[in-house]
Amino acid sequence: MFKVLERIFKDKLATENISLSASDRYRGPIEGSANSDVLKECAAVCPVKAFNVSGDKYNVDYKKCIFCGRCVEACAKKAIDEASLRHKHEDALPVLIESGQEVLQEVLKEKLGRSLHVRHLDAGSCNACDFEMGAMSNPVYDLHRYGVHFVASPRHADMLMVTGVVTRNLEQALKMSYEALPEPKLVMACGACAAGGETYGDTYAVVGAADKVVPVDIYVPGCPPRPTAMIMALLAAADMLKEKMK
Amino acid sequence: MMTTIMPEAILMAAEKMSAGGKHPLTAMFGRDETATGVGYVIYCYFEIPEEKTVDGFKVVFNPNGSLEYDSITHVVPAAAWYEREIKDMFGLVPKGHPDLRPLVLHETFPEDFYPLRKNVKVNAKVRGERQFKVRTAKGEGLFEVPVGPIHAGIIEPGHFRFSQAGEAMLQLDAKLFYTHRGIEKAVEGKTPYEALPIVERICGACSIANTWSFCQAVEKVVSVQVPRRAEIIRTLLMELERITNHVGDIGNIPAGVGFNPAISLGGRLKEKLMRLNEAVAGNRFLRGMIIPGGVAQNITSELCERIHQVMDEVADGVEDMATMFHEQENFQNRIQTTGIVRNQTAMDLAMVGVGARASGYAHDSRSDFSYGVYDELDFKPYTKTMGDVAARLLVRIGELSASFEMVDKLIELLNNCGEQELSVVMEYVEGSGWGISESARGSNFQYVALDGDGRIDRLFVRSASYANWPALPIAVQGDIIPDFPLINKSFELCYACIDR
Repeated sequence: MFKVLERIFKDKLATENISLSASDRYRGPIEGSANSDVLKECAAVCPVKAFNVSGDKYNVDYKKCIFCGRCVEACAKKAIDEASLRHKHEDALPVLIESGQEVLQEVLKEKLGRSLHVRHLDAGSCNACDFEMGAMSNPVYDLHRYGVHFVASPRHADMLMVTGVVTRNLEQALKMSYEALPEPKLVMACGACAAGGETYGDTYAVVGAADKVVPVDIYVPGCPPRPTAMIMALLAAADMLKEKMK
Repeated sequence: MMTTIMPEAILMAAEKMSAGGKHPLTAMFGRDETATGVGYVIYCYFEIPEEKTVDGFKVVFNPNGSLEYDSITHVVPAAAWYEREIKDMFGLVPKGHPDLRPLVLHETFPEDFYPLRKNVKVNAKVRGERQFKVRTAKGEGLFEVPVGPIHAGIIEPGHFRFSQAGEAMLQLDAKLFYTHRGIEKAVEGKTPYEALPIVERICGACSIANTWSFCQAVEKVVSVQVPRRAEIIRTLLMELERITNHVGDIGNIPAGVGFNPAISLGGRLKEKLMRLNEAVAGNRFLRGMIIPGGVAQNITSELCERIHQVMDEVADGVEDMATMFHEQENFQNRIQTTGIVRNQTAMDLAMVGVGARASGYAHDSRSDFSYGVYDELDFKPYTKTMGDVAARLLVRIGELSASFEMVDKLIELLNNCGEQELSVVMEYVEGSGWGISESARGSNFQYVALDGDGRIDRLFVRSASYANWPALPIAVQGDIIPDFPLINKSFELCYACIDR
């Protein structure tokens, strides 16, 4: 017992402030520009049809994007001049549908008015999102400090956090869990599968993105979203819940 | 070249190939070859350790004739799941199979829906009804505990039905395949390069293992030699993935008994490794590294330096955890003699990976096969004989130190590797091939067949967890139900990998 205590005290405090920036190779949102021919090439290689082009403008649907980097790769191969696409080395911010993204920064500054109880639901994920969700509880991210708790039953939860593309085998479980949530309720689609539903294409076993089955309030881009991005999204969700309570 | 046999001869062929269990069943899967006039085919692959290869036979069915065959499960118990899956996917029926319930397709699919037949569209949205009864034990004083598919913690979905005699688990029936996404069908008609993002996303925890097996299979079809630098990098990535998973697991097994200081320390160490993975690959699950023909990104000497440094820190932490486990008597009390898998059971079920090695069955693809640069690393499988939770924990700790040593050697190999080339150009041709790699959970087998346009005609994925899941219901028998989370975590089986 004392030896365990001794070992615990050997460590310094591990908990860090939340930062969205990442390592040099991290494949975050796309920035930069390129000419229309190159952009068409980028759109063609996108495995999830997230890269849309009109003329020499493009936009990336971050709900669908799996951040594989193929558009940037194709651009680097094709573009001879300096104009080219590159990744930002930070997370994509959560996509809210009710209020705008500016909510986020305010929430971070302001102390939270209430806590958020979350029920996780794997609707057909590859488990990467689930592992990152688990990582939020480690001492480095220490999710509890924000008043966010994972609960054992949807009946105890304010929000359903859905990961994975909804499969036929789990469609009923998702519907029933949503119905079991008390009002007011929120749903978060976490990661490219739940948010965009294009990761594996349309198959006989797949229903699609979470919003095909239940109404979704907040989307978190990423494949998987890093724990920091998930925490940002949870804080935004807590704020949305506060609005709903009024 | 595999021998082709008629359905009547399957039992005899299986008996001969398995050689009394000396050659474990690697995989058994169907393929629709009606387009080329062959018919429906079942492929059976057995591992031939003495030749460091797999071999087997294929059984051809006339699509207009009888689609029944004699189940080989009585001779090769490991075939039980495969035969059920083939029935779900192709409608080939194993006569005399002890459990003919569906496996992959749940209640909302109609009875006569066989998705992997070529005449079924990839996005066929047929709805119907089928029976999928969960098995329970009946008797005076017995009761049932249903758990899942949505669990209390943050884990993947599966339904467990415990038949209880008081606190003791009499029987466990697991209904799985909830996250079945139809991946094997989804990649059909895609080039290997197009299919890669999907293969990388079969499972988060086994990204490298799945991608590596897939690429090996594709490279076998094309018969290209991957540049040496790429082989070293792939091996290094595989060991990084193993270390990340093993550290995560030894930090998660204590969660089965609420041993918080160990969970906390494990979580910190795993986070260090995840960040290292991100620095190496640009993704915390090492995605975007392995491509058919080689690797996409180099591991520079600066990154090697960083890997060295993190490995040293993590190795220290693992040592501390091992000491913590060893000294904590009440923890030892819970993990010893809990969830035993006997050696014979492990061999009968053709178990792989940590699960097999903790039961004294030295199955490890890194030494059983020749791939990557493992031959140069002087590697021997690490085994324990007790087959309990403690043994599975100790095997992981033992393997971690072996992996730390390997990483050192691999970095040295990388620094001494003059060749800078990272990948070769692939020109896809018609043919089929298999690939194998040892994931953190065990041997990961994949079969790929390409058509004349170099597009995927069939992909079969047999992850390590597929081979080990059937052992879990056996391991828990007689233990008390509060020990189930502990036993489950000690196997740490993927759902995403098996469900596909």
